[in-house]
Amino acid sequence: MTDLATVRLTVNGTPREGRCAPRKLLVDFLREDLALTGTHVGCEHGVCGACTILVDGEAARSCLMLAVQADGARLTTVEGLMTDGALHPLQEAFRDHHGLQCGFCTPGMLLTALDLLRVKPEPSAADIREGLSAVLCRCTGYHGIVKAVQAAAPILRARAEQQSRP
Amino acid sequence: MKPPRFEYHAPRSVDEAVDLLGRYGGDAKVLAGGQSLMPMLNFRLTRPAALVDVNRIAALAYVREDDGMVAFGAMTRQRTIEFSPEVARRLPLLREATRWVGHLPIRSRGTIGGSIAHADPSAEYPAVLTALEGEVVAQGPRGRRTLRAAELFETYLTTRLAPDELLVEVRLPAMPAGAGHAFEEFARRHGDFAIVGIAAMVVRDGARCRTARLATAGAGPVPLRLRAAEEILERDGLGDAAIAAAAARAAELVQPDSDVHASADYRRHLTGVLTARALTRAVERAR
Repeated sequence: MTDLATVRLTVNGTPREGRCAPRKLLVDFLREDLALTGTHVGCEHGVCGACTILVDGEAARSCLMLAVQADGARLTTVEGLMTDGALHPLQEAFRDHHGLQCGFCTPGMLLTALDLLRVKPEPSAADIREGLSAVLCRCTGYHGIVKAVQAAAPILRARAEQQSRP
Repeated sequence: MKPPRFEYHAPRSVDEAVDLLGRYGGDAKVLAGGQSLMPMLNFRLTRPAALVDVNRIAALAYVREDDGMVAFGAMTRQRTIEFSPEVARRLPLLREATRWVGHLPIRSRGTIGGSIAHADPSAEYPAVLTALEGEVVAQGPRGRRTLRAAELFETYLTTRLAPDELLVEVRLPAMPAGAGHAFEEFARRHGDFAIVGIAAMVVRDGARCRTARLATAGAGPVPLRLRAAEEILERDGLGDAAIAAAAARAAELVQPDSDVHASADYRRHLTGVLTARALTRAVERAR
């Protein structure tokens, strides 16, 4: 039996630490060891995208990483999107445009869309569809989700501009 | 499911990684980007005694130009390749193929070395390596050696790398100025593995074709260079009739298998259709 490893990382701006077996998946570490259950476990083989989080700012599948691999990393999960009790503009857009029904895929959709909008701040509808094909939704047929991401794009651009101003 | 138990090592240097691989004598797996190995572990399709995680070897992530070649450290992420200005300039075929590799969140982790060493017959990078006559550098206990694309791939998911060798670098000749290129692929959903993919490059010389390159993904156990189809273009030029003849020849050259995703006949048909599409686009882009 392999010894437990210590994992120290920053999640949503807060330093966290835990001990786990090397075979523990990052998504299970987040949910079971750090009690952050917003990140969902779907297929466990990288297809459904429900477990997508940001690792050092880039969207990645947390079911395809070991927790020990995230030692020293900065993670963002769905729990980190709200500020001061207010929803993130992308979350607001999902609510306003009926971008979710059961909500199972939503954390993965949100983090995937955030990464997409950072890489492509002015995406076409086709860009959004291609980007969101990384996450499977079985309820909404994607129309509401695409609309939400489209609506959030200018808001996030304005926000980024504001933040970059001295 | 969850991965089975294994001993976990995260070496900081290539030498250390090669030592570890030698110590386990073929019972260790190299963990690169993990986008194929982790699903196999989660499904318990593989049960290695140890994982040698090479993600902490900083010296394995780079893109540099080197005497007409572009050299990639094996751990260079597909995402880095997608957004690299150097790749866009020197290897636009690789850049275009990268957009077909899974999805952006997969490319954040997936690596060029991992994709090639995994040797999935449907994967895009082995086809590009084959089309561009690239090579890989492997390091083992007896030092480094270079393997050409044509000698690297043995069969499904199998390369000629030894169990104690680590793929450390991928080298692709920079595409000639003015070369036209295209990567065409058909999959049932965007981001899925290709049922068939075609990598194409043509170098024009007026109405003539100086060089044509064609390689497949998904049309057999290993990426296949379609030399006899290339020769048609190099002999007859880049007109519509030559493209149609090359595409028909391409479909004859492949030996696909049937599986749950597609029949052999369908793959053969797709090879012809996609070769014609890829060549048409590549010729439009060639200067």
